[in-house]
Amino acid sequence: MSRTPISTGSEWTFELIREYDQEIGRIAHEVYGLDTYPNQIEVITAEQMMDAYASVGMPLGYHHWSYGKHFLATEKGYRRGHMGLAYEIVINSDPCIAYLMEENTMCMQALVIAHASYGHNSFFKGNYLFRSWTDASAIIDYLVFAKQYISECEERYGIDAVEDLLDSCHALMNYGVDRYKRPYPISAAEERQRQREREEHLQRQVNELWRTIPVNPHHHTEADDAARYPSEPQENLLYFIEKNAPLLEPWQREVVRIVRKIAQYFYPQRQTQVMNEGWATFWHYTLLNHLYDEGKVTDGFMMEFLQSHTSVVYQPPFDSNWYSGINPYALGFAMMQDIRRICEHPTEEDRRWFPDIAGSDWLETLKFAMRTFKDESFILQYLSPKVIRDFKLFAIVDDEADDHLEVAAIHDDSGYRAVRELLAAQYNLGNREPNIQVWSVDRRGDRSLSLRHQRHQGKPLGESTNEMLRHLHRLWGFDIHLQSLDGNRVISEAHIPPRPEPEEERLPKFDLNIPPI
Amino acid sequence: MSYVIDRRLNGKNKSTVNRQRFLRRYKSHIKKAVEDAVGRRSITDIEHGESISIPNRDIDEPIFHHGKGGRQTQVHPGNREFASGDRIARPEGGGGGQGGSQAGNSGEGMDEFVFQITQDEFLDFMFEDLALPNLVKRQLTGTDTFKPVRAGISQQGNPSRINIVRSMRAAQARRIALGGGSRKRLREARAELEQLRLDHPDDLSGIQRLQEEISALRNRIERIPFLDTFDLRYNLIVKQPTPSSKAVMFCLMDVSGSMTQATKDLAKRFYILLYLFLRRNYERIDVVFIRHHTSAKEVDEEEFFYSRETGGTIVSSALRLMQQIIEDRYPPGEWNLYCAQASDGDNWNDDSPICRDLLVRQIMPAMQYYCYVEITPREHQTLWHEYEAVAEHFADSFAQQQIVDAGDIYPVFRKLFQKRMAT
Repeated sequence: MSRTPISTGSEWTFELIREYDQEIGRIAHEVYGLDTYPNQIEVITAEQMMDAYASVGMPLGYHHWSYGKHFLATEKGYRRGHMGLAYEIVINSDPCIAYLMEENTMCMQALVIAHASYGHNSFFKGNYLFRSWTDASAIIDYLVFAKQYISECEERYGIDAVEDLLDSCHALMNYGVDRYKRPYPISAAEERQRQREREEHLQRQVNELWRTIPVNPHHHTEADDAARYPSEPQENLLYFIEKNAPLLEPWQREVVRIVRKIAQYFYPQRQTQVMNEGWATFWHYTLLNHLYDEGKVTDGFMMEFLQSHTSVVYQPPFDSNWYSGINPYALGFAMMQDIRRICEHPTEEDRRWFPDIAGSDWLETLKFAMRTFKDESFILQYLSPKVIRDFKLFAIVDDEADDHLEVAAIHDDSGYRAVRELLAAQYNLGNREPNIQVWSVDRRGDRSLSLRHQRHQGKPLGESTNEMLRHLHRLWGFDIHLQSLDGNRVISEAHIPPRPEPEEERLPKFDLNIPPI
Repeated sequence: MSYVIDRRLNGKNKSTVNRQRFLRRYKSHIKKAVEDAVGRRSITDIEHGESISIPNRDIDEPIFHHGKGGRQTQVHPGNREFASGDRIARPEGGGGGQGGSQAGNSGEGMDEFVFQITQDEFLDFMFEDLALPNLVKRQLTGTDTFKPVRAGISQQGNPSRINIVRSMRAAQARRIALGGGSRKRLREARAELEQLRLDHPDDLSGIQRLQEEISALRNRIERIPFLDTFDLRYNLIVKQPTPSSKAVMFCLMDVSGSMTQATKDLAKRFYILLYLFLRRNYERIDVVFIRHHTSAKEVDEEEFFYSRETGGTIVSSALRLMQQIIEDRYPPGEWNLYCAQASDGDNWNDDSPICRDLLVRQIMPAMQYYCYVEITPREHQTLWHEYEAVAEHFADSFAQQQIVDAGDIYPVFRKLFQKRMAT
């Protein structure tokens, strides 16, 4: 094959970008059979990249001060040279939108195209979480609707009212997802059409729930009182509030719904960080190497590419100044490469640990893994002793009942399984976020909302809890009670508005009688 | 199938609204920072924005999260020395770069969120409680006016400014430079051909070779473009600031014991406002600070605002010193003279008529504008009444105003701006 590179300089042009994209696309589709959405590659400036960055990866979003805060922080970091901007932002939509930054060299553009437009893109299209939880074809439409609706609300009810509401919703965003039910597909057209009907319908339902005129006072029995509402604990706090909060106006319910829908859209991304980045990194590495093998890129191109690739997949050790947890790019890439190795060149150890994939077709195995798992289960399934050894992983237990830390397991024969399980658990969102559910609503009494927090391994709630309860209080409109349980034992309680301490009530209150000076 | 789209020309300030929302939300923090900055800065230092810092806890967005305690297990990479079952003393403080803990170890200023506001925003916040109407604000912060002036020829420019003669000249020069060699060879080849035809009319291959060369040379000469983008020349127009004359601003302030720091800060706002106005109208401004109690002294800005004196007050001493400085350094023919005087109204009763005399006879005729602010909530004293007499004489250029809080500063300028904008 003739070695005629596509380009030799580091400057990019639109023709070159098209040509690289065609070549990379050809290899991705024809040689490796990746299934992708069509690509929309947008070239933008650094300023525009900062904008995109600040809106947390949504191509268009409603206005909120927190995005302004992100923007200021990004701007400051960038202007002072503290940090480079992300090379790429990619949006899970159909067509899949990827941003290329004007400042990048041709090599970086090719890297980003391979990483985002073929790596992430095929992940979005293939992974089961994205397939079942997000609707790539409708998201842009929905964001348009959300932006419009919220700015209408701002006009009608004032910026402050909307901002307060959004603050509270954002605080509870992580508690606005359905973990087990598939949501309806969302689309702007339908959404607008249905939104009005929903408003009325919802309000009627809520009114029914909060009827204060008894239907027939004589039939009021003990059983009615005892029946807990909701009958099952509810984990989707925002959904519960949207449907049941007694005092919310219809537009407020709609805003809660918008935040909930967006949280749902991002939910799979939060659960597949390692896999998603690992997959995309694996593919930019494989695709560009393939390009090189075909003689389409120069040695200089490869040197530049490898330089940025290695810095992306660098994992600083735990005692380094740069250490901030496990680098998802590093872990994901290492695991993907390792699966390929196990398939192609299995060792005796691999055959013991992975009898079903050792020696199988690596491409099929890798694609199966990409489609079928999320971070937690992916690590549990595929983290091999070799990767554990390469990363020198070890687990530390920090128990408050013990004045020492204990090394629970390290990268040795007796520790592999333990390390693997513990690392997988670390990626379980259910463990990372406190488990808080709606327990009951006092329908006939003071309308207070009771929540229950089930402690995970004895961990208490963080110091922001009271503030969070105030946000809940703002949405619910009546008293909020939170019980923290370990097993069946109630450990602590919190109330908004705060309850007076019982001791104080018993003491005579002299201070009321002191005349003002 | 992929589409490549150039979005670089799309708007880049998509985040502007969000940024403004942020500023709006933290207005009180920013205002306080701006107020501090006004105190810290020199009154002539208004060219740039300001860096604002807000405590991180105030702008935190809370979420439910696990607190410290309980049984926490973490997997880390890079083990070198540990074996399973090892027991390690719990590290103090942050926990050795542990992810997830909020304690920002190493690195100061982690608990402050710092960002920049622009000059315009800075001025907005500074003037907010001065109750300035927008028109005046624009006058103060607006850009300078420029006059376009021709400044020779340039290779860059926009099409409406093409200099045709110079462009054609450059094109010709290029054509000569690029085609010279070929043309010379063409002439030679023609001569050779002529010669060959005469000498050896039957050397057909030689004739054909020359003919081919001639047509190739002709082609090459023809391919040199008549006009290339490289040849284009444009008239260069530069913006020159409109010439404006010089102004001097005298800041007079009473620093006797009765002036508090709060009063001085109010006065400082007032001086900044006047300075901004002058800067807008004059290219060069000198600022002279004169403070006085019983005697007057020319000082630098720092001393002017922040040193304290005790004792009585003789205003005329400052006026005399100003008169002296004008005579020595700022002849009224060359300089526009402005004076801003701030005081709490105290003066020795005998001195006030002298002040009036000085002003009416000597100082005011040369003055562009003289404003006197009395920063006090109390009754007026003789100085005010004497100045009222001055105002009768010089209604156009003398203004006096009582200021109780910052909102009262603006009316002092009202007359001045009205006059300026009319002309």
